[in-house]
Amino acid sequence: MQWIDICSVDDVPMRGSRVVSAPGGDIAVFKTAKGRIFALWDKCPHKGGPLSQGIIHGDAVTCPLHNWVIGLESGEVKGPDQGCARKVAVLVEGDRILLAADAFHRSAA
Amino acid sequence: MAKKLVIIGNGMAPGRMLEHLFEEAPGVWDVTIFNAEPRVNYNRLMLSPVLSGEKTYEDIITHDDAWYASNGVTLHKGRKVTAIDRDQRTVTAEDGTTTTYDKLVIATGSMPFIIPVPGHDLEGVVTYRDLDDVQKMLDAAAEGGNAVVVGGGLLGLEAAAGLHMRGMNVTVLHLMPTLMERQLDPAAAHLLQAAIEKRGIAVKCKANTHAILGDGKVKAVKLDDGTEIPADIVVMAVGIRPSVQLAKDAGVNVNRGILVDDRMLTSDPHVYALGECVEHRTGIYGLVAPLYEMAKVIAAQLAGGAADYAGSVMSTKLKVTGIDLYSGGDFAEGKDREEIVLRDASRGVYKRLVLKENKIIGVVMYGDTGDGPWFFDKLKKGEDISESREMLIFGQSMAGGQPLDPTAAVAALPPDAEICGCNGICKGKIVEAIAGKNLDSIDGVRAHTKASASCGSCTGLVEKLLVLSLGEKYQPNAVQPMCGCTELGHADVRRLIVAQELRSIPELMQKLEWKTSCGCAKCRPALNYYLLATWPGEYEDDNQSRFINERVHANIQKDGTYSVVPRMWGGLTSAKELRAIADVVEKFAVPTVKVTGGQRIDLLGVKKEDLLGVWADLNKAGMVSGAAYAKGLRTVKTCVGSEWCRFGTQDSTGLGVKIEKFMWGSWTPAKVKMAVSGCPRNCAEATCKDVGVICVDSGYDIHFAGAAGLDIKGTELLCHVNSEEEAIEMIAALTQLYREQGHYLERIYKWAKRVGIQSIKDNIVSDRAKRKHYYDRFVYSQTFLQVDPWAERVAGKDAHEFTPLRPQQQLLAAE
Repeated sequence: MQWIDICSVDDVPMRGSRVVSAPGGDIAVFKTAKGRIFALWDKCPHKGGPLSQGIIHGDAVTCPLHNWVIGLESGEVKGPDQGCARKVAVLVEGDRILLAADAFHRSAA
Repeated sequence: MAKKLVIIGNGMAPGRMLEHLFEEAPGVWDVTIFNAEPRVNYNRLMLSPVLSGEKTYEDIITHDDAWYASNGVTLHKGRKVTAIDRDQRTVTAEDGTTTTYDKLVIATGSMPFIIPVPGHDLEGVVTYRDLDDVQKMLDAAAEGGNAVVVGGGLLGLEAAAGLHMRGMNVTVLHLMPTLMERQLDPAAAHLLQAAIEKRGIAVKCKANTHAILGDGKVKAVKLDDGTEIPADIVVMAVGIRPSVQLAKDAGVNVNRGILVDDRMLTSDPHVYALGECVEHRTGIYGLVAPLYEMAKVIAAQLAGGAADYAGSVMSTKLKVTGIDLYSGGDFAEGKDREEIVLRDASRGVYKRLVLKENKIIGVVMYGDTGDGPWFFDKLKKGEDISESREMLIFGQSMAGGQPLDPTAAVAALPPDAEICGCNGICKGKIVEAIAGKNLDSIDGVRAHTKASASCGSCTGLVEKLLVLSLGEKYQPNAVQPMCGCTELGHADVRRLIVAQELRSIPELMQKLEWKTSCGCAKCRPALNYYLLATWPGEYEDDNQSRFINERVHANIQKDGTYSVVPRMWGGLTSAKELRAIADVVEKFAVPTVKVTGGQRIDLLGVKKEDLLGVWADLNKAGMVSGAAYAKGLRTVKTCVGSEWCRFGTQDSTGLGVKIEKFMWGSWTPAKVKMAVSGCPRNCAEATCKDVGVICVDSGYDIHFAGAAGLDIKGTELLCHVNSEEEAIEMIAALTQLYREQGHYLERIYKWAKRVGIQSIKDNIVSDRAKRKHYYDRFVYSQTFLQVDPWAERVAGKDAHEFTPLRPQQQLLAAE
């Protein structure tokens, strides 16, 4: 599997996220309070809201548009709602964050 | 033209009559009320809880000023009617106000009876009838000392309990051998006396007051047997007599009360009489249920229908917390009567049913009154009880063979059984309302059915109906938790932040045992606000605990772009500002430009990475963030006021600008929108804002707690001030009180409803020192907050928010 170096772990704020532009759309890179790193395509399964702009709590993010809660590990919607945000594979090597290269292929979207 | 209805007296009975009338025939009558008391209609049954401190005056108001206004009622407060001219059909008040009527309702109520013993006119001798009396008793209680209550009836005992709870040494004097002899038989009265004495209230029966001693002011009460009981206050609660003088002077037929027929008409067909002043078929009534029945009868006729009043059987409950007592019907002994009695001395329970021809005609219960309404229902219906007689006294759960579930008694009641005696509301109506209107609280039931809204003694039954209908979903005293991360409610958390000096979100979550590791999207923004408002200058704002709009100081739109609203102080702008806005629109290809409801210009569809550029250009033209995204001061809308408008009384635009410049940047529990109108024509629509100022010739009326969104609500008047400086101080103090008490996302009108308008006025208006205190805290907090967030970010703050990441290595063409 090929990986692409994106940024250092410190570039993503704690309980925050950064956006990476890819040919198929934006990818949100999240860092939880415990320092775990996750990546999802930046689209809520509900109405396409930018998950990167939500509040991150535990291993989940709340979408800024309509407060759907999405699990960062699986991308699945928690609670009464149904749906799944698409995951992007992440690799943390030392202090570097890498994303799966196939996410950046034009066909990935 | 509407016919004229004039009402003399504004007690509970005419209040209820108008409710029925407006429901059945709105707009038919032009109503004028003369009230000798200087206030609106309140629930007189609830004076005792006010005296004991369990409720406040605001809690017991039935109709506030707004109700009179919205129903077009002219209410003359504090104007006593002195004459009725039945030929001319006019009434005249003390101050000369004269009004004509087509129909007149005399509802003058009753006067407390004062025993004419020597000294009855000394200072410190009071009756127990209205709020003024309660105030006198509270003033006396504030100084402590001794109180003597003359009269061991319902009112006297409630007064005694209240004064005792307020810390006075209380003695009750009663002429008869036992307490409440009109409602209780001697056995129950002894149990009651023991319970009252156990609380520390002295009771003397067969005590005839000989004189009240004192020198200008009361010092003691002397009994016939020579005993002297020291007293700083003497409360006369020996009975009432109908107030008939006015009717008598007008030539209406009067006996003990004003004589009425079954239609409640007096000897004059244009004049009704209603309430405690009435004598109907030789009966005089002092309890609320029959008065409400009369009210209904008159309202039905005024609405064009027909109705008769046939007299009432009454039940009574003593409203002294911790003493459970119920009586109804007739329980005198007689040859043709039998009785069933149950005594359980160790539990302090006594139940007695009086029977006549196999029907219940009287009920007396002490200690365990749960079955009272069940018995009373049988009494009113004249049900034959011979079948269930053996088990009858054990109540419905036993008589019906049901298990002893606390709600079983209520469950077994038929739908037409009366639950609320005051308002005549039956079980079926309450159950229907709970299901039909999705009610889940006592307050909800009160609002929709009126059950439990008068004397409150049926509250327990209504609660059982809620339990019955909702099961575990009904939680009477449950605090609504902030979110799933804690059991604590917003109020608890705010209190604990101060009490335990919690200064950061992690510390708070640790100490208050949060159930999640770092909260959720509901609690974190709330906690961040609470800490920020509690520790100004010390707490470091946690950006990751803010919603995106407040984190990036713009409003996210459905497609992930943002809208940008620059501040225009008081809604004023200029050629320079408009030019800069136009340039920004063209430079960044902003797709939509719109004027907002708060007199601002909104640039919609700005891409996130363009925000810094847009702000930088707007900053250069002198514009700052309009905070259109903030739980904070949004806008102060103004009209042009005295500067341009021919009706303007003050410089409303100027005041709006001053308020906005003083208050911008402050974070609040929810958004705050204000307005200043230059005259009562109110072009700035100030009376539906969180805070609104209406300029008048004599100064400024400050309003608050309006809403024009999910809810629509006119504002409440906070106060009137004479200068701009006072207006700003008042508004800042009000805002600070809201900042310190409000729950996150709770708008001002909801906060005001929760804490009570009066409590806000007490803090801000009546108490100069407190106002200053809140004002100073607001000013202090502002010193940390009035920094333009746009300029800060243009200068480099939170750069990561606005800059997308770029992959560090170019992807090798893998295709």
